[in-house]
Amino acid sequence: MNKGKKINPKKFEPGQLKIILIILPLVIFMGMPIIFIINHAFKPMEELFAFPPTFFVKNATLDNFTKLMKFSNTSGIPLSRYVFNSVLVTALTVGLSLLLTTMSAFALSKIKFKGRNMLAQINQIAIMFVSTAVLIPRFLVVCKLGLVDSVWAHVLPLVAMPVALFLVKQFVDQVPDSLLEAAYMDGATDLDVYLKVILPMIKPAIATASILVFQQVWTNMETSNYYFNDDSMKTLTFYMNTLVNANNSVAGQGMGAAASLIMFLPNLILFIILQNKVMNTMASSGIK
Amino acid sequence: MATDTLVKRAPAVEAAPKKKKKNKISRRENNWHGWAFIGPYALIFSIFILVPVILAVILSFTNFNAIQFPKFVGFLNYITILTNDEVFMKNVLPNTVVYAVVVGIGGYVLSFVLAWALCNLTKPVRTVFALILYSPSMTTGVAMTVLWKVIFSGDQAGLLNSWLMELGVITEPIIWLTDTRFLLPIVIVIGLWSSMGIGFLSMIAGILNNDESLYEAASIDGISNRFQEMIYITIPQMKPQMLFAAVMSIVNAFQNGMITSMLVGNPSPGYASQLLVNHIEDYGFARYEMGYAAALSVVLLLIVQIFSKAANVLLTEKDPYGKKGGPDDEQGEEN
Repeated sequence: MNKGKKINPKKFEPGQLKIILIILPLVIFMGMPIIFIINHAFKPMEELFAFPPTFFVKNATLDNFTKLMKFSNTSGIPLSRYVFNSVLVTALTVGLSLLLTTMSAFALSKIKFKGRNMLAQINQIAIMFVSTAVLIPRFLVVCKLGLVDSVWAHVLPLVAMPVALFLVKQFVDQVPDSLLEAAYMDGATDLDVYLKVILPMIKPAIATASILVFQQVWTNMETSNYYFNDDSMKTLTFYMNTLVNANNSVAGQGMGAAASLIMFLPNLILFIILQNKVMNTMASSGIK
Repeated sequence: MATDTLVKRAPAVEAAPKKKKKNKISRRENNWHGWAFIGPYALIFSIFILVPVILAVILSFTNFNAIQFPKFVGFLNYITILTNDEVFMKNVLPNTVVYAVVVGIGGYVLSFVLAWALCNLTKPVRTVFALILYSPSMTTGVAMTVLWKVIFSGDQAGLLNSWLMELGVITEPIIWLTDTRFLLPIVIVIGLWSSMGIGFLSMIAGILNNDESLYEAASIDGISNRFQEMIYITIPQMKPQMLFAAVMSIVNAFQNGMITSMLVGNPSPGYASQLLVNHIEDYGFARYEMGYAAALSVVLLLIVQIFSKAANVLLTEKDPYGKKGGPDDEQGEEN
């Protein structure tokens, strides 16, 4: 065979072994901490403090998780409340964000109106926006709007995500105009086109955007830290974090290990579910 | 455009075509539906991104302690940053530059090389590797703190200390997280570890999306190895993804102050791993010098903009037969 067909090979060839061997150490370095998190969470007390320290768990137990449950029962606010807060906040933010992002992407890409290019430009610049830099003014805005201690203070600051809009817009750009033209010819309105043509065609981009927004919300501590006085309105992330930082005791170590796995798993699972779709369709659908 | 207007103004003869035309035409002009679709996003964007940025610029010219009304002080805050903030000049700025160069550029090159290597593998292997490489970028907050605190624990029960002592590299445990010599390197290693994010995925997609027929044509034209293929075919074809990944790397390199504050608190011991973002938090929320913190924020936003502009210029150079832009050459050497 010729020298072509190097990218995305269908079959295993000896040449690939070389590449695997070269990147394997890096893959191990990147993957080891993740394996460690998973192992650490199931270690019984003796193994957590074993000397010399162990990497893999020997006698796996659920002790750390039950301890975490018990501990949270003794505090005023039950763990379930934080779980509920986090799930609600995450669902609201991801849902709202996907809705607004896909709508805007459709408008920026396919509808002609005054100011469109300017808006696209502004969003492109905003990709480089560093949210920690405007922590203080944002806090002032949240206060002025009277959002302190309201669930919307968790949601609204994270809904507009310029990167997600940029990615989705790139994708909508690829939907052929002739297709929309045909729909309009059949008498479809802009709303019909958005719902029946655009949305079904950009599913991979929606999957990608949802991963981005999810990760942003799920791990966010800024909102709980700065916009909330009422502890019962804070999120699981915040609770886990205070728990880990406040309990540097022996028992705290085990709970921390369990907490870290609980916080990490949803991210990982969501990505595993969606990655195939994202990678495959992104590659074959011509995002350029 | 001219014909469209003509068509629109021409009196309709038949009813049915008129309806079709009308729909078609509504897309060509200033369609208010555009604003209806983008309105909600634009509103939230303005309130939580645009207004805070403008407020930050305004506050940066004031002296504001969060209680009294801000007092206008002109360029005083900026002058203080440049001439009077010893921590900023001696620690924060050098740390930020070193961190941004190593994690930004290094992470960028690394993610391209890895993305390219993965694309030369079969799909099942590639998927597993990509998942492993991407997963650290999801490990933020609690998971990261617990994980790295255990690994870098300062006594001999710490994982790294124990391994190094076993290997005979060190005889005494090193107190990693308070030793000012090691703090910045540790933060950089963690930064690199978590830098294979969305930009990395976009690069994989970009490489996979390359037109395969070009590779065959190139092999006839005398391109003989994979390295040449990468420089002359792969990279020029995926400039949009390269640019996107570059912007992501830059943003990531400048905004990631969490590693330091989670690991060792803020301020870090001896300011050894204090980054610009930490400096802002320190002034804004620990000392309540919000005007000064706002000025630092403006500086940060400007730096990110300048670097992104630079990446834009380097990567959108449209000259397929001339020499490549800077980052491309760099990648070549790194490989």
